[in-house]
Amino acid sequence: MVKGILGKKIGMTQVFDDEGRVIPVTVVQAGPCVIVQRKKAGTDGYEAAQLGLVEASPAKRPTRPVTGHFAKAGVPPTRFVAEVPVDADDEAKPGDAVLVELFEVDDTVKVTGTSKGRGFQGVIRRHGFGGGRATLGSMFHRAPGSIGAAAYPARVFPGVGMPGQHGNRRASVKNVRVVKVDAERNLLFLKGGVPGARDGYLRIVKVS
Amino acid sequence: MNLLREVTQDQLRTDIPDFRPGDTVKVHVRLKEGNKERIQVFEGLVIARKHGGVSETFTVRKISSGVGVERSFPLHAPTIAKIEVSRRGQVRRAKLYYIRKLRGKAARIKEAPRKA
Repeated sequence: MVKGILGKKIGMTQVFDDEGRVIPVTVVQAGPCVIVQRKKAGTDGYEAAQLGLVEASPAKRPTRPVTGHFAKAGVPPTRFVAEVPVDADDEAKPGDAVLVELFEVDDTVKVTGTSKGRGFQGVIRRHGFGGGRATLGSMFHRAPGSIGAAAYPARVFPGVGMPGQHGNRRASVKNVRVVKVDAERNLLFLKGGVPGARDGYLRIVKVS
Repeated sequence: MNLLREVTQDQLRTDIPDFRPGDTVKVHVRLKEGNKERIQVFEGLVIARKHGGVSETFTVRKISSGVGVERSFPLHAPTIAKIEVSRRGQVRRAKLYYIRKLRGKAARIKEAPRKA
């Protein structure tokens, strides 16, 4: 079985559960997807299916290598392509469709996307540093402070929090619950938030 | 955004009367106690209606044994059995938060000549 699908974030809303409680949900346009390539343990070292998300608008000006890659599967080029795991004995072959039906209500999934870009941010926003007092002669406000000792080790250790680009990088949320599956409209309702802005691409993989 | 409206359409209730901030309403709330269901009525002044679509909520304020009690309900919640409008009020703003600071006579709201 193919264990995941690609999608696009539509936005957030809420639904009522059986007991009348409000559940916050993110609505995701999940698929339809096509298998572009089937990776096998024998040839590729692992089992996976490379999926392409089929959208109203196909990939713009695909390069010749990309055109060739999609032609092999016999499908038109898509904008967004990603791999998802597949069972080794699975029959799935290039050109096959992957639809939301593979998910059921109460499934647990992992959602990967690109987080909203926040630009170049300081250490308080980016790493949650405390900063200094604002008043009373304090001359230390939002600066990072010490980044290490001096003569020993005579270098800055890797991983020290510093200012820089914040967001717009790959981000995942794990253990997301599937609240509703709308097979007719290819929609997936996931509990809570998922990374990225609306219209952002997502990879949704089942976890067991 | 239209798609979001569309997918929540079936959750919207159509049996909700038209009411505004300033009106006094009786909210019949379904309560689950063990496996029995009971209806409780919460009557008070509507001081706010917020958000839209499925997410719309309204806040009802009443004075219960001398203490102000406010309760916010999701307008489209299935736990609401019924909403009855018992009085139409004439007010000049959408959010009546100022009423919290007023007591007794000052906290009255003029009845509206509005028809239901």
